[in-house]
Amino acid sequence: MDQLSETPTDIYAGGFADPPADAAHGFRAVMEVLARPGEIRSLSGGCAPEGLSPAAASLLLTLCDPETGIYLAPDVDSPALRGWLAFHTGAPLVAAAEADFAVGGWEALMPLEQYKIGTAEYPDRSATLVVELPAFTSPNARLTGPGIKDSAAMALPDVAALQRNAMLYPLGVDVFFTSGAQVMGLPRSSQITAEG
Amino acid sequence: MSDYNFAYLDEQTKRMIRRAILKGLAIPGYQVPFASREMPMPYGWGTGGVQVSAAVLTPEDCFKVIDQGADDTTNAVSIRKFFERTAGVATTEETEKASIIQTRHRIPEAALREDQILVYQVPIPEPLRFLEPRETETRKMHALEEYGLMHVKLYEDISQHGAIATSYAYPVKVEGRYVMDPSPIPKFDNPKMEMAAIQLFGAGREQRIYAVPPHTRVVSLDFEDYPFEAAKADHACDLCAAEDSYLDEVILDDAGGRMFVCSDTDYCRSRRDAGHVGRLGEVAA
Repeated sequence: MDQLSETPTDIYAGGFADPPADAAHGFRAVMEVLARPGEIRSLSGGCAPEGLSPAAASLLLTLCDPETGIYLAPDVDSPALRGWLAFHTGAPLVAAAEADFAVGGWEALMPLEQYKIGTAEYPDRSATLVVELPAFTSPNARLTGPGIKDSAAMALPDVAALQRNAMLYPLGVDVFFTSGAQVMGLPRSSQITAEG
Repeated sequence: MSDYNFAYLDEQTKRMIRRAILKGLAIPGYQVPFASREMPMPYGWGTGGVQVSAAVLTPEDCFKVIDQGADDTTNAVSIRKFFERTAGVATTEETEKASIIQTRHRIPEAALREDQILVYQVPIPEPLRFLEPRETETRKMHALEEYGLMHVKLYEDISQHGAIATSYAYPVKVEGRYVMDPSPIPKFDNPKMEMAAIQLFGAGREQRIYAVPPHTRVVSLDFEDYPFEAAKADHACDLCAAEDSYLDEVILDDAGGRMFVCSDTDYCRSRRDAGHVGRLGEVAA
């Protein structure tokens, strides 16, 4: 506990101001983007120590608690963030292979194969990735599938890796992309075609 | 200020339900187990739908509840009051004004929009349950995509009755993968499930949540020579003259008198307000 007692007190700030309402709004944004791949929603209210966007912080506050193991990729892992997560969510930090939620930049989170993809009988026992991006850039992939009327366009950090993930359906990981106070979702059910 | 946490459930329960809803949306038609809570109403009265609604509601939502299409039955009224009291949300009987609609056994006649969410109350979420009572086996059947038994059941319908006699809870295949129970909606409603709104299903006693994202392929199972038919009573509504809505039959006397009325009370009311008059309807004063 020495580490915690030396951590700056800013780990105690940055939670939701009004947890029931903020978490409800946060969840609706998260649900909408996962149900409609390609759409962007704003997501804020949570403010983590340096290194995590408001959208990623709010997503973790909305969905994580002592029942969900979180893996912090090396690029976002810090004593301040560990302290903040412990104080606000109580979620245990675990290795990538056991994680329910994994947070970080794309490169730092790889390889994709190390995360839980569920089992044939319980495909829901899989990891959810929260991928921090510097910005939502111009699309390089076309998506079709559930939640998409005709097709949707999305910028993906590694089209081939995410195509392999989609091939595993109904197994696989689900991905949220966060940037600043915005979030996009990519469920395992989306079929991905490289474009441009 | 209410004596309840917003929307009754505690935050950790809502997070657990919310995580299950997300898995359901990512794997359309797959039944996600969840730790269903006891609610202040008996199982069978929509505890699954209520828990899903509680997890989805925001303070700004406008909430509507229907029970077999009607806003004014006991179940619908009590659930609407429950959320008026515990969440303080606005409620409505008008489909158009609602942002979240909780339903027992019907889909509203009016087409739902992108900004609406439909929450179904589900009694038995497992479509294979009456064919195979063991959960361990039905789980394997879903894992292996082994749905032959369901087609045998539909075939037996044809061999006994000359047609597929299943008229409600008619099984569907979602996005070409999971066979799903659409809850006991009449099969008339099945084609509406390919809609713009998000559809969430909650089974409280059976502890399952599942979902259908917008614009997802939902195909009613059938045979090439016995194609699926969305059936309804062959009448027009006796109050509003609608010919395209699902009808309830009402016995009027003991001499064979009967009438057919829209099961969707809001649809019927809005048509009568617009001046449509059925066989037994009265012209608005």
